[in-house]
Amino acid sequence: MFQFIVRRILIALVTIFAISIMSFVIIQLPPGDFLTSYVASLASQGDSVSEQVVQAMRENYGLDQPIYVQYLKWIGGVVQGDFGRSLEWGVPVADLIWDRLAMSLMVGLSSVLFVWSLAIPIGVYSATNQYSLIDYISTFLGFLGLAIPNFMLALVLMWIAFSAFGQDVGGLFSPEFQDAPWSFEKFINLLSHLWIPMIVVGTAGTAGLIRTMRANMLDEINQPYVETARAKGLSERRNIWKYPVRVALNPFISTVGYALPSLIGGEIIVAVVLNLPTIGPILLRGLLSQDMFLAGAIVLLLSVLTVLGTLLSDILLALLDPRIRME
Amino acid sequence: MTTANTPANAHNLPDPMEEIDEGAISIASPRQLMWWKFRKHRIAVISVIVLIGMYLLALFAGFVSPYDPNTFNASYKYVPPMAITFLDGEGNFTGRPGVNGLIQERDPETLRITYQTDYTQWYPIHFFVEGEPYKLFGFFNTNVHLFGLGEEANGMPFFWLGSDRLGRDMFSRITYGSQVSLSIGLVSVFLSLALGIVLGGISGYYGGWVDNVIQRVIEFIRSIPSLPLWMALSAALPPELSQEARYFGITIILSVIGWTSLGRQVRGRFLALRTEDFVLSARLSGASDWRIIVRHMVPSFTSHIIASLTLSIPGIILAETSLSFLGLGLRQPAISWGVLLQEAQNIRTVALSPWLLLPGLAVVLAVLAFNFLGDGLRDAADPFSR
Repeated sequence: MFQFIVRRILIALVTIFAISIMSFVIIQLPPGDFLTSYVASLASQGDSVSEQVVQAMRENYGLDQPIYVQYLKWIGGVVQGDFGRSLEWGVPVADLIWDRLAMSLMVGLSSVLFVWSLAIPIGVYSATNQYSLIDYISTFLGFLGLAIPNFMLALVLMWIAFSAFGQDVGGLFSPEFQDAPWSFEKFINLLSHLWIPMIVVGTAGTAGLIRTMRANMLDEINQPYVETARAKGLSERRNIWKYPVRVALNPFISTVGYALPSLIGGEIIVAVVLNLPTIGPILLRGLLSQDMFLAGAIVLLLSVLTVLGTLLSDILLALLDPRIRME
Repeated sequence: MTTANTPANAHNLPDPMEEIDEGAISIASPRQLMWWKFRKHRIAVISVIVLIGMYLLALFAGFVSPYDPNTFNASYKYVPPMAITFLDGEGNFTGRPGVNGLIQERDPETLRITYQTDYTQWYPIHFFVEGEPYKLFGFFNTNVHLFGLGEEANGMPFFWLGSDRLGRDMFSRITYGSQVSLSIGLVSVFLSLALGIVLGGISGYYGGWVDNVIQRVIEFIRSIPSLPLWMALSAALPPELSQEARYFGITIILSVIGWTSLGRQVRGRFLALRTEDFVLSARLSGASDWRIIVRHMVPSFTSHIIASLTLSIPGIILAETSLSFLGLGLRQPAISWGVLLQEAQNIRTVALSPWLLLPGLAVVLAVLAFNFLGDGLRDAADPFSR
């Protein structure tokens, strides 16, 4: 077991290293370095910078050095929490992302809860009542949930809310709470806005998990041990929830770690439509305006979160299911 | 350790072989068995018909759409979809389809132009009418369109799905958009397939360190959240690229991630088949590696590969739509469903002109059909089970 964990952690470290290189490549992808675009943006505002100043900045940022030195400089900063400067916003990237990442986590977390509280019971019911009306309906809704693009669902929900209640349901707070300090009222206000992103982000995941849960339950439900428990006189309800459900839950464990990061990844586009104060909109703006330190930092953070989540899931799964450890 | 989401085979009827008699089953070829099993999955069969219809629309876009997708009409902006009616201006049944006229009104408060149906006017729809010239399949110059309004409409355009902010016909734009949106899925899937089969095949057939390297690469790619990666890569495409170059750029970006799951499956199949008796006996009979792969191993898993290919198309269509919607994928003047949905980004616009969401309906329909088809194919790929 110990060996398994150590090996997993080593693999995760190597992956994170590879991801940091990839994020750096993403930062470097647009033509020219970030000073060229900085000078260009200054020029478009009517300011100009002398050649010497540019040269001095170039040395200051280490842009005249070989690429691996630049990488080391960048990653050295990242490890200390310095992700470089956002060109568009003129502030350190770190100042921009942490608050928004917290908001993303919040939306992601509530979606995870929403997904599970819906997917598990429906999946179990569909499997125990196979080919029943509810099974068919949930199958159909499941396919529909997979087929509707997230942003489309967000648009439709907003449209319905807008035309039914005449209010703009975007954002996470009403205007009066936007900059207010945290209070109980602000929290309530947040909850009243949270449900749309929660549902929208959660639909595709719910659809997928219902299918998985149903398929797993169908595999387990005809096993001899279930029959034995039934023969012993265990009530059907107790039998189902005590034995096959627990085995069928394995895939949930294997997704528990990265469900959150992957939902945050999926939330990006919804956040753009719903105008949420999460990292999605600034990632998009960063990419569109080639504010590459900002975009690179977000891609790096999301990927690292995913790797850590996967690591967590693997370890949890190995703890719960000895078969995995043997591989 | 990822457990794939399995849209399971719920539409499988309890007894898949009920009508075909036992004797026929025992002498039927695998292909015959697959067809019998596929036919049982009724929604999959309907999906095939829907998809054939959609691809035909895309192929004959110029003929089917009454206007060029870029023709704008400043006096008919945001026209709501027009109802097709068989009753003429006096309310008599005419026996042929037509549309009522429009009355323009200006809202005195918002100054917005709105359109009301003028039930006293009625213009019949003509078929095979001459209209704007276009090139069928990109070669044949012609100006015959499937339907349109005749001279008596006094220049009123026929927007049966409404018009957008420049007075362009939504129906024409959706049909032209389907050319890009529906083809990008296919092209990208074939690219992924090529990569997946070559790399997955090498990985599974030879094993050893090659296998190890390829598997690590796959794991690495899969550990990055796909949407941010897609966004970052497409943002890096140079803005001065031509429409076609951009299309292929996006296709390649989508396949970079797409090949990994196919590669895994191919590898898994190769690993499983490598130890099968029929492979051993082929080897003992002196068949070369190449012959064993092409003649013996590949045919035994093509059906599975086709099924998973079909199941991966929806993801690509959705990805292209999302990227274009965000302004990172294809850009105006290129037309795809995602580009069209960009027009619907503002919720106030949507509230006043909900028909701008119609391209999204096309996306949902295509994705659903591919999912059901893939589901049916996967069941059929295993004709001997159950």
